[in-house]
Amino acid sequence: MNGLLNFIRRLGATAVEGVWRIGFAARFFVLLLRHSGQSLTRIHLTVREIYFSGVLSLLIIMVSGLFVGMVLGLQGYETLQRYGSGDALGVLVSLSLTRELGPVVAGLLFASRAGLAVTAEIGLMKTTEQLDAMDMMAVNPIARVVAPRFWGGVISMPLLAALFSAMGVLGGWLIGVVFIGVDNGAFWSQMQAAVDFRFDIMNGVIKSFVFGATVALIAVFEGYDCTPTAEGLSRAITRTVVTSALAILALDFVLTSLMFRGQS
Amino acid sequence: MRRTTLDLWVGFFVIIGMAALIFLAFKVGNLGASNGGETYVVNGQFDNIGGLKVRAPVKSAGVVVGRVKEIRFDPKTYRAVVSLSLDASYQFPRDTIATILTSGLLGEQYVGLEPGGDEAMLQTGDALQITQSAVVLEKLIGQFMFDKAAEGSAPAN
Repeated sequence: MNGLLNFIRRLGATAVEGVWRIGFAARFFVLLLRHSGQSLTRIHLTVREIYFSGVLSLLIIMVSGLFVGMVLGLQGYETLQRYGSGDALGVLVSLSLTRELGPVVAGLLFASRAGLAVTAEIGLMKTTEQLDAMDMMAVNPIARVVAPRFWGGVISMPLLAALFSAMGVLGGWLIGVVFIGVDNGAFWSQMQAAVDFRFDIMNGVIKSFVFGATVALIAVFEGYDCTPTAEGLSRAITRTVVTSALAILALDFVLTSLMFRGQS
Repeated sequence: MRRTTLDLWVGFFVIIGMAALIFLAFKVGNLGASNGGETYVVNGQFDNIGGLKVRAPVKSAGVVVGRVKEIRFDPKTYRAVVSLSLDASYQFPRDTIATILTSGLLGEQYVGLEPGGDEAMLQTGDALQITQSAVVLEKLIGQFMFDKAAEGSAPAN
């Protein structure tokens, strides 16, 4: 009896904690937006963060994109060949990359490459009381530290996802056309006939934008909210990666069902 | 790191990101190929559109001249009304025939336009007078079987 009561009590505490955190995250987001002015007027703060989250992620994004495209080319050709439509390889590679894989995989990589670093940085600042020190000097830590990192992520992510898709298409082309010997003209022309700029590519860009904002928000929030101990910091970093991955995959399902359902 | 170096790298990043987007738009996607530009819309009534979908190509002599804009059902005539948005640089006579065709045996369906000989050209909102419905494979097979059966029983009478 006592054990059951304890279990229910613990469940209640977890639920209350969860709701409290969501509410805190929402208030934090509003606060972040209200203090974003400085990250635009002092643009070099944001530029610095674009360097750290965007430029330094370039290599991993481009190499992963190339390999994902190459694997798609190999596997896709294998299957399409059975139905005698190996020429449609370009369509398969480009549609799966621009619609789904580009934004999602780039988002996951971005979360583990850049989001994690942001959480660690802000968390360590909090642990070593740098954020409090800023507050004492009448420098708002949200405007000075958090907002530029958020906007840096939001701006970097769509560019990285576009690069990922472009490299993937090149990877698919490399395997399909150069190594396997699919006709070069058929590869590109069927791709261009099937991929619509507004429908496929812009929806992919919108997706990557949403994922970028989600990952950046989760990263800065977990860093700002972490328990200021070594253990709390490590937990916050873990939570950033796990929550970002889950949020990206769940949001991707929602966005896909809104954008592509019932059309072609 | 010095601020100018930082700016240089970020500028480089933005440029190759934009280049990737432009590559996707023009090389992978169909932007720049008869997508933008002026169009005009004509309607056609079909008995049966088969599997025609919105955004399917409209072709004349095999060249894409437009897209299917909208498909709806007319409750008065019990026929399907298909709106075609055609490229304004291609003008067609008033008595053009619209046919729903299939590319290949199992390919996607598209609308084929067969130009007539009228002097006047189609304008926005005009209706195509002569249309030909999609060939429904099941109907064709059914008809064929019916004919065969009728053939078989004919000598008995």
